[in-house]
Amino acid sequence: MLRSLLPALSLVLVLLAIAWLNPRAISYFGFSLMLNLAIPIALATIAQMFVIAGNELDLSIGTFVGFVGCVTATWLKDAPLIGVLILLGSIGVYALLGALIHLRNLPSIVVTLGMSFVWQGLAILVLPKPGGKAPDWLLSLMAFKPPLVPFPIIAALLIAAVVHFGLMRTSYGVILRGSGGNAAALERAGWSLLRTKIVLFALAGLFGVLSGMALIGITTSADANIGNGYTLLSIAGVILGGGEFVGGRVSPIGAVLGALTLALAASPLLTFMHIPPDWQVAANGAILIIVLAARVLISRRER
Amino acid sequence: MAEANADIIRRDGAERHFGAASMDIIRLDGAEKHFGAVRALAGVDFHVAAGECVGLVGHNGAGKSTLMHMVAGTLMPDSGRIAVRGGIEEHYSVPRALELGIRCVFQELSLCPNLSVAENTRINHASLSGFGWRRRAAELIAAKLDEIFPDHSISADDIAGALSIGRRQMVEVARAFTVTQDPLELVILDEPTSSLDAHTAGQLLAFVRRFVASGKSCILISHLLGEVLGNADRIVVMRDGKIVASDAAKAFDRDRLVTAMGGAEAREKITAEIAKREAGPLRVRARPARQDDGKELVAHAGEIIGLAGLAGHGQTDLLLAIFAAASRAKTGIEVTAPVALVAGDRQSDGIFPQWSIVQNIGIRSLARLRNGLLISPQREAELATFWREKIGIRTPDMNNNIFSLSGGNQQKALFARALGSDAKIVLMDDPMRGVDIGTKLEVYDLVREEARNGRTFLWYTTETEELDNCDHIHVFKNGRIVANLRRDELTEEKIIQSSFGDAA
Repeated sequence: MLRSLLPALSLVLVLLAIAWLNPRAISYFGFSLMLNLAIPIALATIAQMFVIAGNELDLSIGTFVGFVGCVTATWLKDAPLIGVLILLGSIGVYALLGALIHLRNLPSIVVTLGMSFVWQGLAILVLPKPGGKAPDWLLSLMAFKPPLVPFPIIAALLIAAVVHFGLMRTSYGVILRGSGGNAAALERAGWSLLRTKIVLFALAGLFGVLSGMALIGITTSADANIGNGYTLLSIAGVILGGGEFVGGRVSPIGAVLGALTLALAASPLLTFMHIPPDWQVAANGAILIIVLAARVLISRRER
Repeated sequence: MAEANADIIRRDGAERHFGAASMDIIRLDGAEKHFGAVRALAGVDFHVAAGECVGLVGHNGAGKSTLMHMVAGTLMPDSGRIAVRGGIEEHYSVPRALELGIRCVFQELSLCPNLSVAENTRINHASLSGFGWRRRAAELIAAKLDEIFPDHSISADDIAGALSIGRRQMVEVARAFTVTQDPLELVILDEPTSSLDAHTAGQLLAFVRRFVASGKSCILISHLLGEVLGNADRIVVMRDGKIVASDAAKAFDRDRLVTAMGGAEAREKITAEIAKREAGPLRVRARPARQDDGKELVAHAGEIIGLAGLAGHGQTDLLLAIFAAASRAKTGIEVTAPVALVAGDRQSDGIFPQWSIVQNIGIRSLARLRNGLLISPQREAELATFWREKIGIRTPDMNNNIFSLSGGNQQKALFARALGSDAKIVLMDDPMRGVDIGTKLEVYDLVREEARNGRTFLWYTTETEELDNCDHIHVFKNGRIVANLRRDELTEEKIIQSSFGDAA
């Protein structure tokens, strides 16, 4: 019980710490600012979660987000049709990777590590120097200011609700999670494991594309390295959100909460704590270790 | 699903087609299967009629599982024919078998541990989809559990991985009998009672009889010969990939079955051998965490102590507590010698799947196998070879992966791991589930021999027959010891009485 509450609990803890250090941050404007980058992180975390649900790991999601960002800031603005085709095609590549990993029984870590260099190279080809510009509709979407509740919070709720319904409540979502839980049993019941793997990877590709677009909508221009940190952030987000590396145990709501926690802990909290920027990355890692250790301790006691 | 192909029914003489259709659910003619150089099945003819319960017995590795995989469609024979209701199946497969109403409960548990009971039910029913599928799946499995195991206390929302192994088996069996759009004609039960206690096993077998009486069919595979003799209409005995006997169940008795299976002879109960030994020094004194009266478990050197009662009533917990107390002091538990544990759920708790047989045996004895800082492969191999001879592990090469062994031989390797170690106390967590009778008898002998040499055994078992090997039996209920019996006082009735008594 406590264990399923842990993702929410760690988010509340980080929020309390921020409120104590800087009460003014807890406001409409404060949240809009602090959670600015939470949407792309949440989307990338969801992408990673789909891959982890099938007992695989995607080490290329970061550079993929970067590649999508570069396409968004160039082709999607200048020639929308080609841009859309490229993005759809990249989702197709993800689906093919799933098929390749299943058919050839390859370790996904190796395949996606290789792909991360491919995406990085393509991103540099598309946009050799930082620049480009996000399409106007995307800019206005990400700048949307709803009344009362800041946009990032609404977006996070929406993402969590949609993915939770799709993966946790629909009947095919059960099959997708089952493929991570006991693939042999699924096959004996007549389900295609090739199909589940393709679907999981295609969903990862789809949410990777959404993440890259959201990111460019916020930053307004792109850089080939813009998403590099997302690979590890997304994995940490899934695990922080109660997911496990094997066994098909994942939680979309938890993953989004994990992403929000990471986004807040990443810089707002540390800035308020007056930790110099040089030390922020290390402090970030320390926070991750503490939260993950707490998770292990709690789940061990509940066993 | 290659439906177009699967629908081809080649008639092979009209009379035969119609004649067979009324009788046989499934018929295999001359089924053969090779795995590399190993011949798993050598031209087997096998059939199951409607309204019949066929018992299938044989030692591990006799070819039962291979034959059943063919019936269920998970394996195709290298040669031979499969006919369902008289129609030859050219492209038999799992989806086709399910379509024809043939299902299998496999010996290794095949639930997804991360899904709920209802969600696991959904996996077997493509039609459980669309609006309201969760409620329908939950109702379907709950109704079937109620029907088979009236007092089961399993909720459809329980996560499968959080259930005890016995409950998981109950869910799996119940799931196999749920019906949505596909028909249900034949269910293969491969060791369905291996993790069930006597009470729930009885409920299941009674249900199987009702199921068969309603005109459906069942194949019952069990190493508990009494179960097969008492519930099957016809018994088929397999040995070395062939069917060596097939007759009405009434025509068999225990001795004839054991003789037909070949191998170890049926044996008289060992009750005669009570010969009271001198109690050696104290090895274990343990009180279960929930025990509120003075009862406790006491074991001396050379004793075999049985832990009985319904499955999941605290026996395993106590064994694990004793195991933990051996390395770190714990209140209420006193352990005076090194301890080794033989796990019951060998796939998840016992075996290192990536390792060879040698490595699996040596892991508990690394300190002794060391040469300087490294493990000496030579000593490791010596240890393994010694136990291969002693316990009879059947393999061409001990350096093969542990999964190259049949289930019974894997369990022997786990025994070798415990007995080959320096442990003076061996904890056994129902280790013989799903193991064939020949292996069991060999291991019983070994356990008694080791006990004579001064080792102490704490033995949790769900099979009453195994308790005959014990000096003292503690019966558990709700995490407490409710009865303490000497072997000469032991009867099945007493155990059942204590397990169900209101003592708690």
